[in-house]
Amino acid sequence: MYTQALNQADPETVATEEPGRLARFQERIDAEERIEPNDWMPAAYRRTLIRQISQHAHSEIVGMLPEGNWITRAPSLRRKAALLAKVQDEGGHGLYLYAAAETLGVTREELVDQLLSGAAKYSSIFNYPTLTWADIGAIGWLVDGAAIMNQIPLCRTSYGPYARAMIRICKEESFHQRQGYEIMLTLCRGTPEQKAMAQDALNRWWWPALMMFGPPDSESQHTAQSMRWKIKRFTNDELRQKFVDATVPQGLHLGLTFPDPDLRFDPETGHWRFGAIDWEEFRRVLAGHGPCNRERLEARRRAHAEGAWVREAALANAAKRRQRAAYAAQRIAAE
Amino acid sequence: MSETPMPLWEVFIRARTGLAHRHVGSVHAADAEMALQAARDTYTRRGEGLSIWVVPAAAITASDPADKDMLFEPTASKPYRHPTFYTVPEEVGHM
Repeated sequence: MYTQALNQADPETVATEEPGRLARFQERIDAEERIEPNDWMPAAYRRTLIRQISQHAHSEIVGMLPEGNWITRAPSLRRKAALLAKVQDEGGHGLYLYAAAETLGVTREELVDQLLSGAAKYSSIFNYPTLTWADIGAIGWLVDGAAIMNQIPLCRTSYGPYARAMIRICKEESFHQRQGYEIMLTLCRGTPEQKAMAQDALNRWWWPALMMFGPPDSESQHTAQSMRWKIKRFTNDELRQKFVDATVPQGLHLGLTFPDPDLRFDPETGHWRFGAIDWEEFRRVLAGHGPCNRERLEARRRAHAEGAWVREAALANAAKRRQRAAYAAQRIAAE
Repeated sequence: MSETPMPLWEVFIRARTGLAHRHVGSVHAADAEMALQAARDTYTRRGEGLSIWVVPAAAITASDPADKDMLFEPTASKPYRHPTFYTVPEEVGHM
């Protein structure tokens, strides 16, 4: 979903690597060759990818929580089946991405530990609460819409396993946005109360959705290296503008208004111009002080702790079966 | 966390009859049976396959990318392994 990890600076500079190898590596990147797990790569490229892919995976996993909140209260069986399938997809996407990160030499246990200890970040958007059913519509439409905008260029990212995971994810993600928009459309064609609920959801999710693209280009110089390595292909502001241009007409079609008095169409450029984003709120949420940060991490920690006995039992059972098979083979050999 | 690492399995799926199994990703599981179930849940939610193989990742031996030239370059100088290397008169027809 989320390229926010690419806005962090890497502690070590590229200059520590052998220049010849670095140049050859950059040549491969420039020739649009994909880098595969056993290929030589600069240590900083590896670290950036581990951070980016694992943060993306954590976002998918934590992203199951705000929506899971509404599965038992979905208004119809059709909505419930769709929401359940969507949340299962998020889980699957998290797993594809963890697997891609592991090809870089980090273990699943380390990655999970980084999430649960709070050392790793996940997308700021999931630290907002889902207060009404309309929030499920707004998340599908806006949050998944923003995610798709972010993820489509990642299908061409330079690291092979990440690109392949993203292709699968993008194929599956389109239904997420459409089911969300359908929920919004149904509410907007319903009673005045239902439409007000949809409007309220848009009011609360609009700005956090714009923040998903990360800080403005003027403040995130670190993206330059990720662009050179073709991990990232568009800047934060480019993607944000694309998202706004695509989404505003969809909202107007619903008969809703956007919570931005400065939003206006610029006929000269063909772009929708939007007002100033509250970056202080973004930093607060990212630093752990959003409305749901503690609740989300507690839920993940509890799920992991409560599942520990299952993992132990499965491993013990596998060990016992291996032992029995070895014993039986020995007896056959002895007879 | 001092948990025992869950073994890694590589997953291969046959999309349709007549096609070979193709690598699609990996899963962690305690044994082969659970790996099959996890692979089914993770990689076949939309009718992607008719058959799944799971292989312990540790059982795979891979060639070293550094040996790429040594292993594969020699074939570049052997065009005589391709049919277009040979001339057949047009009047003979398709061969």
